[in-house]
Amino acid sequence: MTTSPPYAMLAELTHRCPLSCPYCSNPLELARKEAELPTETWVDVFAQAADLGVLQLHLSGGEPASRRDLVELVAAARASGLYTNLITSGIGLSERRLGELDEAGLDHVQLSLQGTDAAMADRIGGYRGGFDRKMQVAEWIGKIGFPLTLNAVLHRQNMHQLPGAIDMALKMGARRIEVAIVQFHGWAMQNRDALMPTAEQAQEAQQIVKDARTRLKGQLVIDFVPADYHSDFPKRCMGGWGRMGLNVAPDGVVLPCHAAQTITGLRFDNVRDTPLGDIWYKGDAFNAYRGDDWMQEPCRSCDMKTQDFGGCRCQAMALAGDPAATDPVCIKSPHHAKLQERAAEFAAGTDDNLTFRVSA
Amino acid sequence: MSLSPDQIPVIPRGVRLHFDKVRQFWVLLAPERAISLDPIGQAILEQIDGTRSFGAITTALCQKYDAPEDQIAGDCARFVSGLVNRRILELRT
Repeated sequence: MTTSPPYAMLAELTHRCPLSCPYCSNPLELARKEAELPTETWVDVFAQAADLGVLQLHLSGGEPASRRDLVELVAAARASGLYTNLITSGIGLSERRLGELDEAGLDHVQLSLQGTDAAMADRIGGYRGGFDRKMQVAEWIGKIGFPLTLNAVLHRQNMHQLPGAIDMALKMGARRIEVAIVQFHGWAMQNRDALMPTAEQAQEAQQIVKDARTRLKGQLVIDFVPADYHSDFPKRCMGGWGRMGLNVAPDGVVLPCHAAQTITGLRFDNVRDTPLGDIWYKGDAFNAYRGDDWMQEPCRSCDMKTQDFGGCRCQAMALAGDPAATDPVCIKSPHHAKLQERAAEFAAGTDDNLTFRVSA
Repeated sequence: MSLSPDQIPVIPRGVRLHFDKVRQFWVLLAPERAISLDPIGQAILEQIDGTRSFGAITTALCQKYDAPEDQIAGDCARFVSGLVNRRILELRT
């Protein structure tokens, strides 16, 4: 099997974040500020990524605006030729700083949405005043003219706000909205009882998205991440392990996906010690689930294996106890029926209390 | 979607042509997307300068490639409207 160059890199600049969303995708063990890569190392990693074939750079976190050197990092990324996308809650961005990011060449902004009103958004984000601030930031983004994607994360408690989120994207002049139903990794695993949507909600969301796509064709692009516990086929996770992209954690550890450290027994390399190209092509963790040699039945003989790559390795680890198992979301997995049963149980939970992320 | 000859396709802010040195082809970089271009797509995009109309673009391509106008117009309309629907190109009148 030959490995192709990566297209995308997610740079998790920091795990620090003013918000404490109960579904944060960061690992439970957060990197401290002292462990973060310094500016010059990130700059070098961006150049290495561009040389390796990366086209799209996603600056994420935590909250990337918590990095004081964000403008400098954006300028360096652009100088390397990377398409530079900022994934932010908006907190930490002033009009002046957005202007500096504009001058630095920032290509695109992706703004997260925790709810369509202050009561919901501030409760879910665990940050009072966050929603109003976000609306102000959205206005500045529009004024400068950055292309905008709104990224709405939905779950049982705010699923009814989906139509409102789509309207909000239109009002903001966003070109795209990502409608993502919470995926259960990281902190979300501690909140399955409070966040799991019902099967009816999951279906309704699917219908709303389908109708909106038709109605808003050419006006708003809608990307949709369905509620996979209620699905019969697994997600094409990361576009295949070690196939399309890579993540760099705040401390320089390079991961095939943001949750990969939940898979025990994998050895991860660090950009402080190893060139990015060696990590991508030769790293143990990247080669662990490339191709299909690692697959078991029912994946091994399945026609879908070149489409969905057996689903999500981290989910197989979390739900089947084996990272090489078929993702239990798949209807062919022996764990599928049990998973759907458990999903219904989680969804029937009456307690909406949330366990919030603890700050880094 | 139908395109009229006087509409002007525009590459909006946040979308740019980029030569991929590693893979040795041209790509259109856009929010969350990198679209690799075949020679036809590349030829069409090279004509889009934000002032030239769709009609002028198809005429120029017909002359350049010595091809029938209706075939070029069809190929062009499919390509451009596909990208407009994905909010990667915009149309001005």
